[in-house]
Amino acid sequence: MLAFAIRRLIQAVGVMLVVALISFLLFRFVGDPVNQLVGVDTTPEQRAQLRQDLGLNDPVYVQFGRFVGKAARFDFGISYQIKRPVADLIASRLPATLELSLVSAVFALLVGLPMGVYTGLYPQTLLSRLFLALSLTGISLPTFLIGILLIFIFSVNLGWLPSFGRGDVVTIGGFWTTGLLTRSGLSSLILPAITLGLFQMTLIMRLVRGEMLEVLRTDYIKFARARGLSSRAINFGHALKNTLVPVITITGLQIGSIIAFSIITETVFQWPGMGLLFLQAVQNVDIPIMAAYLLLIAFLFTVINFIVDLLYVAVDPRIRIGGAGA
Amino acid sequence: MHRQTLFSRMVGGAARAAVIVGALAAATLAAQAEGKTLRFAFQGTLNALDPYSLNETFTLGMLGNVYEGLTKRDKDLKIIPGLAESWETIDPLHWRFHLRKNVTFSNGDAFNADDVLFSAERVRADGSDLKTRIPADSEWKKVDDYTVDVTLKTPNPILFAEWDTWYIMDKEWAEKEGATKPVSAKDTNPGPAAYKANGTGPFTIESHEPGVKTVFKRRDGYWGEKLIDTNLDGVVFTPIASDSTRVAALLSGDVDLIEPVPVQDVDRVNKDPNTAALTGPELRAIFLNMNQIRDELPTSNIKGKNPFKDPNVRKAFYQAIDIEAIDKRVMRGLATPIPLLIAPQLYSAPDLKRWPYDPEAAKKLLTDAGYPDGFTVGMDCPNDRYVNDEQICQAVVSMLAKIGVKVNLNAQPKAKYFAKVLAPGGYDNDFSLLGWTPSSFDSWNVFVSLATCRDATGKGGPFNLGGYCNPKVDELAKQIVVETDVDKRNQMVHDAYKILLDDTSHIPLHQQSLAWGKRKNLDIVQRSDDQVLFYWAKLN
Amino acid sequence: MTDAIRVKEEQPGVLSRILRSDLFYSFRRSPITVISAAVTLVLILAALFAPWIAPHDPFDPASLDIMNSLLPPQWTADGQAGFLLGTDDQGRDVLSTILYGMRISLAVGFASVVLAMALGVTLGLIAGYVGGITDTIIMRVADVQLTFPAILTALLIDGVARALAGPQAYEEIVVFVLVLSIGLSFWVQYARTVRGSVLVEANKEYVLAARLIGLRSSTIMFRHVLPNVVGPVLVIATINLALAIITEATLSFLGVGVPPTQPSLGTLIRIGNDYLFSGEWWVTIFPGITLAILALAVNLLGDWLRDALNPKLR
Repeated sequence: MLAFAIRRLIQAVGVMLVVALISFLLFRFVGDPVNQLVGVDTTPEQRAQLRQDLGLNDPVYVQFGRFVGKAARFDFGISYQIKRPVADLIASRLPATLELSLVSAVFALLVGLPMGVYTGLYPQTLLSRLFLALSLTGISLPTFLIGILLIFIFSVNLGWLPSFGRGDVVTIGGFWTTGLLTRSGLSSLILPAITLGLFQMTLIMRLVRGEMLEVLRTDYIKFARARGLSSRAINFGHALKNTLVPVITITGLQIGSIIAFSIITETVFQWPGMGLLFLQAVQNVDIPIMAAYLLLIAFLFTVINFIVDLLYVAVDPRIRIGGAGA
Repeated sequence: MHRQTLFSRMVGGAARAAVIVGALAAATLAAQAEGKTLRFAFQGTLNALDPYSLNETFTLGMLGNVYEGLTKRDKDLKIIPGLAESWETIDPLHWRFHLRKNVTFSNGDAFNADDVLFSAERVRADGSDLKTRIPADSEWKKVDDYTVDVTLKTPNPILFAEWDTWYIMDKEWAEKEGATKPVSAKDTNPGPAAYKANGTGPFTIESHEPGVKTVFKRRDGYWGEKLIDTNLDGVVFTPIASDSTRVAALLSGDVDLIEPVPVQDVDRVNKDPNTAALTGPELRAIFLNMNQIRDELPTSNIKGKNPFKDPNVRKAFYQAIDIEAIDKRVMRGLATPIPLLIAPQLYSAPDLKRWPYDPEAAKKLLTDAGYPDGFTVGMDCPNDRYVNDEQICQAVVSMLAKIGVKVNLNAQPKAKYFAKVLAPGGYDNDFSLLGWTPSSFDSWNVFVSLATCRDATGKGGPFNLGGYCNPKVDELAKQIVVETDVDKRNQMVHDAYKILLDDTSHIPLHQQSLAWGKRKNLDIVQRSDDQVLFYWAKLN
Repeated sequence: MTDAIRVKEEQPGVLSRILRSDLFYSFRRSPITVISAAVTLVLILAALFAPWIAPHDPFDPASLDIMNSLLPPQWTADGQAGFLLGTDDQGRDVLSTILYGMRISLAVGFASVVLAMALGVTLGLIAGYVGGITDTIIMRVADVQLTFPAILTALLIDGVARALAGPQAYEEIVVFVLVLSIGLSFWVQYARTVRGSVLVEANKEYVLAARLIGLRSSTIMFRHVLPNVVGPVLVIATINLALAIITEATLSFLGVGVPPTQPSLGTLIRIGNDYLFSGEWWVTIFPGITLAILALAVNLLGDWLRDALNPKLR
């Protein structure tokens, strides 16, 4: 187990270095940051000087070495545009993104799971077909269109929910901001969380449905029926329990993907999180922010994958044997 | 308020009236309790708060609520005294400024001549993006606490034209906060001026989270209460980049003021009973550049020569473009065709008119120039800089197709576009779209920026993307800047514009309009320099 | 064991073989599936034959008139004959842009799925069959790939391609860039599925037998092991097709993708978004509906295929 963990850890570091190199190389091609830093009156000489001062004329490997060395100490430099340390900026935006991601994951689970169980148990009913059709639209329309349509209906036409932003936030412990404790914060969460969670909700629902359909046909359930257990006990005590492991695994893995997809949702709803920061950085060629963001996403994914791997090993004895032997 | 809207849809007439009255009462009470706070959303972000970091309209406008210059501009952009009460020229090379007394910065420090001298040094220091606000070789001397003398090396009739956005900073505060140097990009440890502001203006900045939210508060003890007209206690500024979300925020009442309203949504905003669009001419001129400095256009199928070197080809392009159609359909009437590279409010002459739209004549000019079947050329265009910039370029492409010219459009975000077409990208453009506002509101700025000869590195007219070059224009520009006789100067300006028009140096398109959206209960002054000034805003 | 294989063992003509198969029986019994297949087929044909059936050529700038811009659909009060679904901001016929746009969306979708499939299946076969260090390397690369969600991969590849190709050339290769970006982010799924199947199949007697009679590894892999994974791969491919089309649309929202002069369905929706509040709903709604119908039909087909090919559900 320990050997397995260490091996995965080394691989994770390797992955991070590759990601760092890819993102770093990319940024050299995205655009000229100098143009974003100065006004229109700046002369070519002043621009050249600035480029020299920023170290943009050094060889690529020198710049990369500088980058990795600092990143290891959580120093991602100063944002070209905002002129604040990138680490601080990301720290101040992280709560917004994590809160949105978690709420939408919970939404996806709370809605997707019952719908999946129902459609799995009663695949032929009208309601099941309706659920299936509804859930399919969730993956048949692009996220940005869903978001804009939701704003159009619920903010502009009905006036029920805020059209943008996080509402009022409360600061906890001096660094974590949350919108979960105020009314405007909560109502601001609804539309973005639905927009972001719809895809995952569909995924979970279809996954649960498929697992349920399979499990209900297994001998093990047939025996349970033969033993005369109530269908309630069979459905929830045996069938659902068996489907939960893959569902939780997939949901866990999806959290990273939710965080990445929040770029789109945050842009549509002007949600002040990391995704919005990243997209603005892309538009302004704010290299330090872009580099830090990509590394952070890679880091989150690696950590989540790592945890899921370990959980797998802990839960499934077959993998444990294979993992220890390999 | 949202809930009331919902109820009013659900209940009948009498009940509805009662609910609305109740709602109004509740709203009034809430307003009294909270004070009047303006909620404002703009498409871009407000980043550094150092007033010398970025020479950009929006940033300078927002800081104009907090800081002030020696001069100010009134609602019609007329220069009026600001922190300088009056000034006089002793001779063309010597100016004297009398400073206003009893002015304090928001931290309580008194304003005096030391602050002016400090600001004059700071704005010219390394890292400042506003170095051109005052001549680099001018000498500044304190006569007494409220008198400053400026000595120039060459006469300059428009010396203080841009001083309304050269904001005076507090020397004591800057020294205490370690902000004596302007914040520039290369600073690894930006000073507090990047985060804080301390000006003499009517507002202070209470909190600033770049890209998220900036909170302005009204301050006590402002010297110029007579000049302003506002009942606001504060302003909450949020950037909203997405056009549809910004409009939705206004329509749903989540904000009171947005800028800009996309031109296609102006009608919608006006139709809504609670919102209105505020439109007016902007001082920016939009025009097309044709590269005349290259010997061969890399994006063209014509090899060995450059068609744009022939004035007839340039005029053919000009006359093939139906600017009226663009302004009617793409700009929805919110643009005015212009004959020169400057907004008519800043300069116009009755005899300087646009060449008429005439595709027949254009086709003939092209044939006479030796291109009966037209040719191919690539066009560079930004897609997030000017109002409907990409759509304008697309319309130009289809209009030129009708005279046989095949244009390959390359529309990009402004970061990539400017990196390519400006000096750092080696002016890599054959045919491109650009907008320009002369920061001094004066024609001289137009000539030296856009129309004087340049070499490949940008020596000369730095924003002359097409590399147009006529020594007569250069000569006139040199004389205009030092000419103090108004009539003579105007004549020279006229002559220069006439040459540009006859040479078809560029293709002027139009002056775009400002379009702000506001809730009906907000009154605000819209100045044509596009600065959003809260001190002329009232919430009723 | 899947139907595809079972079918293979019989001898009569192809058509009757298909018609008598279990798969076709299950297809015929599901009206939704029949409708989905018909809709998908019609849309694909419409896209293929767009130059012949579209009333206008939206890619020919000379045929556009800016004065025709933003006309409402023909049946409404201000509609104009010749523009059935109205026009967009450039005066292009919306129906024609949808037909041409679907070509690009489908081309990107199909090509990226084929790329992902080819890459994933090959790597999966190799990893599973060869095993050892090769297996480890391939699956670790898959892990790195999983680290990057599709849109981030696409943003990265697009950025590099744009810089390397230069703007004018970029426009010509943009479709390939999209295919590469989307294809690369989907291959892992195939590789993992195929590798899993291979590990199961490789120890079966027929493979051992084939090895004993001296068949080459590649022959064994492609002739004997591959047919056994056709079913699951086909299911993934169908669902990925819908996902790829949606991803392309999402990328165009982020500003990565085909230029507005040659729009895909996604680009059309993004452009139309700007006109949603101003009342010109047709510019975005019609491409949006088309995209939704296309994705829905393909997804339904994928659903049916998965259930039909899943032996546990029969």
